[in-house]
Amino acid sequence: MRVSLAQFLAAVAALVVLIGLVLAACTPSHPQSTFDASGPVAGMERNVFYWIFWAAVFVFVTVGGVLVYTFVRFRNGEGIPRQVHGNRRLEIAWTLAPAVVLAVVAVPMLLTLFRVSSPPAGEVAVNVKVVAHQWWWEVQYPDLDIVTANELHIPVGRVVDVTLTSNDVIHSFWVPKLGGKIDVIPTRTTSIWLKADKSGTYFGQCAEFCGISHGNMRFRVIAKPQAEFDAWAEAQRGPAAQVTGEAERGAQLFVAKGCLACHTIRGTLAMGKIGPDLTHVGGRTTIAAGLLDNTPEDLARWLRDPPEVKPGANMPNLKLSGEEVSALVAYLQALK
Amino acid sequence: MATIVQALRRPTSYTGWWSWVTTVDHKRIGILYGATAIIFLLLGGLEALIMRIQLARPDQTVVSPEVFNQLFTMHGTTMIFLAIMPLNAALFNFLVPLMIGAGDVAFPRLNAFSYWAFLGGGIILNLSWLLGGAPNAGWFGYANLTGTAFNPGHGIDWWVLGLQVLGIASLASAFNFIVTIINMRAPGMTLMRMPVFAWMTLVTSFIMIFAFPVITVALVELMFDRFLGTNFFVPSAGGDPLLWQHLFWIFGHPEVYILVLPPMGIISEVLPTFSRKPLFGYPVVVFSGIAIGFMGFGVWSHHMFTVGLGPVANSVFAITTMAIAIPTGVKIFNWIATMWGGSLNTKTALLFAVGFIFTFMMGGISGVMHSMASSDYQQQDTYFVVAHIHYVLFGGSLLALFAGAYYWFPKITGRLLHEGLGRLHFWLTIVALNVTFFPMHFLGLDGMPRRIYTYDPSMGWDLWNMVATIGAFMLAVSVLVFVFNLVTSLRRGERAGNDPWDGRTLEWTVPSPPPAHNFDTIPVVRSRDAFWEEKHRRAIAPVAGGSGRMDPGEEGGYRPGHDPRHSTIHMPSPSYLPVVVALGIVLAAYGLVYHLALAAVGGAIAVAGLYGWYMEPASEPEDTGQ
Repeated sequence: MRVSLAQFLAAVAALVVLIGLVLAACTPSHPQSTFDASGPVAGMERNVFYWIFWAAVFVFVTVGGVLVYTFVRFRNGEGIPRQVHGNRRLEIAWTLAPAVVLAVVAVPMLLTLFRVSSPPAGEVAVNVKVVAHQWWWEVQYPDLDIVTANELHIPVGRVVDVTLTSNDVIHSFWVPKLGGKIDVIPTRTTSIWLKADKSGTYFGQCAEFCGISHGNMRFRVIAKPQAEFDAWAEAQRGPAAQVTGEAERGAQLFVAKGCLACHTIRGTLAMGKIGPDLTHVGGRTTIAAGLLDNTPEDLARWLRDPPEVKPGANMPNLKLSGEEVSALVAYLQALK
Repeated sequence: MATIVQALRRPTSYTGWWSWVTTVDHKRIGILYGATAIIFLLLGGLEALIMRIQLARPDQTVVSPEVFNQLFTMHGTTMIFLAIMPLNAALFNFLVPLMIGAGDVAFPRLNAFSYWAFLGGGIILNLSWLLGGAPNAGWFGYANLTGTAFNPGHGIDWWVLGLQVLGIASLASAFNFIVTIINMRAPGMTLMRMPVFAWMTLVTSFIMIFAFPVITVALVELMFDRFLGTNFFVPSAGGDPLLWQHLFWIFGHPEVYILVLPPMGIISEVLPTFSRKPLFGYPVVVFSGIAIGFMGFGVWSHHMFTVGLGPVANSVFAITTMAIAIPTGVKIFNWIATMWGGSLNTKTALLFAVGFIFTFMMGGISGVMHSMASSDYQQQDTYFVVAHIHYVLFGGSLLALFAGAYYWFPKITGRLLHEGLGRLHFWLTIVALNVTFFPMHFLGLDGMPRRIYTYDPSMGWDLWNMVATIGAFMLAVSVLVFVFNLVTSLRRGERAGNDPWDGRTLEWTVPSPPPAHNFDTIPVVRSRDAFWEEKHRRAIAPVAGGSGRMDPGEEGGYRPGHDPRHSTIHMPSPSYLPVVVALGIVLAAYGLVYHLALAAVGGAIAVAGLYGWYMEPASEPEDTGQ
């Protein structure tokens, strides 16, 4: 039975619609889209994806087309067809054909693999050390003597070398617009390099299942011009701000309620190492590993019951009164 | 001890529910495997539906994060170990002895034991829901999240013990089928005349005996860490969590081929029958399967591209992974060539087989995309991978198993599945599967990681998550249509007769359902597709690999020669002992968690059972079966 042209065109059209859907789903405006590559690492990786994507489309359309055509053309046949047991030449040909396609796509893949594996020699401007915890990110700048959390500030257009380790279980560090992911493993050190081509806030989150709040382990990379970065670094190096009024009452509660056992606020008695360093917490854009905006309302919500916001969080519900919460909020917000 | 065992009178009944407990008939064991696996399939599907409800919209609280983690762990573990593997096992059991012209498997009681141990492992895993919480560290159970420091409950204990018991079942079954296929083929059935499904059973069994010991070792180490305080995977004490990943994936990737090679075998049976043509390039299809089996052991680190092994190691594993696409592609081309020029009999089984090729190809292609290590840094652990594995395991394995169900249900039950419901089932499945899983590619490329229990509305993932959830409910409907078809056809389906599809292989020469002893006389095989060649030999040319002609003087239908060695039918007798041994092992597993005394009792029961097994003759001299 012959297949009509219309039938064949319908099959091809279905395939084209499918591929159109794929392209329509490229939504670079979304915060973690891998299509909006904003740095060389993500860019090279996306280009490899385009290579393999078009190779895949080619193979899918060709083989899928032949499959559909074969089914439609030979369906409902009558009688016993010619018995064909094989064809050596054809079979050799279609063993070699995929090998050729694979060899072609392997070249850009391998070149990129080596290019993204280590930062360009001599270009590293900032060294960052990331320590992953269940379920937040500690960010250290060893050369700049800065410790912060859940926010990685970098200068635009400069190469940043990030080395990573974990304090507890395996996590994975991923900022899709700047590059692929790298696992963060206890007792081991891994590394990745990043470079942002333009200023902006880039979203990231943990990509390796790490326990109950895996979905809540988010962070931001904030890229800004060198001068702004330098000013930020300068401010971060300084001790905590002096506070007065309600904030001062908050500072006393920070000691009295035992917060200091887990958190550090440089220039005060608080030198705990279990939770994030809060010396300049008031200046961060988010709290609770990117879960909440750093507003008085959200901060109060967090302080009232941390495990309610982030299940499994190690910070306990301290059963603070409304007045205590607002004093602590005033204090933490003042720590710019 | 021996007297206790011998005090149990050997069961003699071949009817009633008790006879199902004591059966050693490979066909009944196959049916037990199939029925149990379908129940687990429905359970795993239910777990998936709950997850899809939770993810349909951002910031939902349908289930708690802890329950969500248990759901995805149990969904993966259930579908792999308790649904697809035993569905494959159901067909191995029912079909392989029939296909190779044997009366049963080599070790019938070991076969029964495999089933009961499998059931025990499934119960251990699933009862955990009621015993303080299911495992919650993913089906891959990455160390050190599985250590007692981060996972003090019993969930991981049930996971370890359940998988160990399932491993025993799988290994016993693998050895059984290797011995059966190597030794018990009918006279004249050389390896290169063997049906491809039997070949893939053989290859899969070999993969199992090489892959399962690795996971067994890893699980023993984890058991020691959890029960005895060792530090194999405890980093703070110098252990290495990456050791787990290497061990797990050296098992885990071959496991993928354990799941998918038997379905490839099903397709290689269904396509020739419904195309009325021999399989195109039989030797190439067989050797591609063997090649895939070997190569599957050399690609494990592609699951670990992002752990920082370095570009050299990643290059090697990228290339070995890409290379697997070659034998896989060859199979697809040969399948299409089998249909080319055929007279396609477009029954449901063929529809599912063609659907399999189409969706499995999509899963294969996205697999090659993952092999591209440098772009996989972006896709690793995202929904793109979730899409890929579901195209391979649902679009691949399950569609082929559905094809196999429509094809062999008449042989198993004597009745045909309803064709109209079958078509409805097929179209619902194909549409629903693509609606569910295709959008997951978009989600992955859009930055959505796997295994997150919720997401923020600002991420832009709402639309495709909602679409995927709608698709999942359509899939649920399609599965219900299938179950309805199974249940109604079992009682009211059209009578099938011996050979409803103009079949090619030996199982179609016997009545449907086959008698307990399978063959009245063991057939003598003179060619590949011997039955079909016999039926149609006047219409077709002789076949490669055999004369295709009966010997002079042996005119008449396919009632081939009589091998005097097989002239008396002597069937293995039913036995309690496989159940007793499996029960002992399951009790011992519970004992390891609750009390060592129970473990000792369980161990004693298992040893006593084995002793009785050793003393008991395989078949009672006076018992000749039904």
